[in-house]
Amino acid sequence: MSVLHIINKSPFEKNSLDTCLRLAKKGSAILLIEDAIYAAQKNTAVADKIIAAVARHSVFALAPDLDARGIDESTVVDGISLVDYEGFVRLATEYHAVQSWL
Amino acid sequence: MPQIKKFLYVNRKAPHGSIYALESLEVVLVGAAFDQDVSLAFIDDGVYQLMLNQNTNGIGVKNFSPTYRALSDYDINQIYVEKESLELRGLKQEDLLPLTWEDEDEDWAEKDSIQVVSSEELGDIIDKQDIIFNF
Amino acid sequence: MKLQCSTSQGAAPGEADDTSRQPVKFGILVSEGPYTHQASDTAYHFTAAALGSGHEIVRIFFYHDGVNNGTSLGVPPQDDRNITTRWRELAEKHNLDMVLCITAAQRRGLLDPDAAKRAGKDTSNMAQGFNISGLGQLIDAGIQADRLLVFGD
Repeated sequence: MSVLHIINKSPFEKNSLDTCLRLAKKGSAILLIEDAIYAAQKNTAVADKIIAAVARHSVFALAPDLDARGIDESTVVDGISLVDYEGFVRLATEYHAVQSWL
Repeated sequence: MPQIKKFLYVNRKAPHGSIYALESLEVVLVGAAFDQDVSLAFIDDGVYQLMLNQNTNGIGVKNFSPTYRALSDYDINQIYVEKESLELRGLKQEDLLPLTWEDEDEDWAEKDSIQVVSSEELGDIIDKQDIIFNF
Repeated sequence: MKLQCSTSQGAAPGEADDTSRQPVKFGILVSEGPYTHQASDTAYHFTAAALGSGHEIVRIFFYHDGVNNGTSLGVPPQDDRNITTRWRELAEKHNLDMVLCITAAQRRGLLDPDAAKRAGKDTSNMAQGFNISGLGQLIDAGIQADRLLVFGD
């Protein structure tokens, strides 16, 4: 039984990414949506945190939100899987509960 | 047999600067009538919602902090406050409302409703929930 | 003393579980109004994708500023999406229960005709396709659904 953690705010605006990473159990999933997709990029000040997260969790990013913000897939940290809205739905069915870190 | 679910209400915002704290409490109070297994979590700035001595006269908004004291009347006594969130803000449990409940299984002994828990413990609690609200 | 039944609410990935093949019931909470935040858009796309994948939506509950998604007076620019209409059309197509929280709505001036009359207002402004009800409907959605998702700021 594992939780799907969703983050929607930029890690440079709010502390939601930090709080999520502090509380999410190993083996739970993390999905970055909306402005949180900026956390998925290589070479940011939070890249090390994300790389560490990829080792403990399945980490996903919502592709339409990357596209909207001009973030190319090639600039995303290795190990983050991109999903579309159908994939988002699938994740919500595969994990037993959903926690939105607003 | 009706199924009882574990409901968790997560609060991460300070009171008064926005309406989320008040409207979260309104959901909790209505939800109490539905006999689910209810817990509240106060994390990050959410811990400020439980501070003592809130006086809103000067800012002219309703002071709803006394309402937290009524939670035990609604059988809500699993209130988790994250230790790290308190420490980052220079707070201790003594700075928070002394919320208590009476345990009928132990001769109505008065117990603390608030449990200050580590991040790891809170993560375990979150992991066990069925339905999680965030405000 | 409460009796607790064990439930099977989905398994970890890799485990065989019927949930991944059977329709799942979703409760949706929309906590922000149209346009100012992306929450309502994301909630809409999730809902549409869930329905397209054969899942069920127990209820879409609008709370906090989310009640403003139910305004009948929105006139967004013609070349942009009309969030209220889009929700209404999805609800009509799939017979969805879209509920505005009555307390949050009245607080923010979103009134159905009954509330407007009771409050002595000369107009109401709740859009077609939305219902108005109490927070009990949100809790009920949590009880009925397999998963509850919150879309907010």
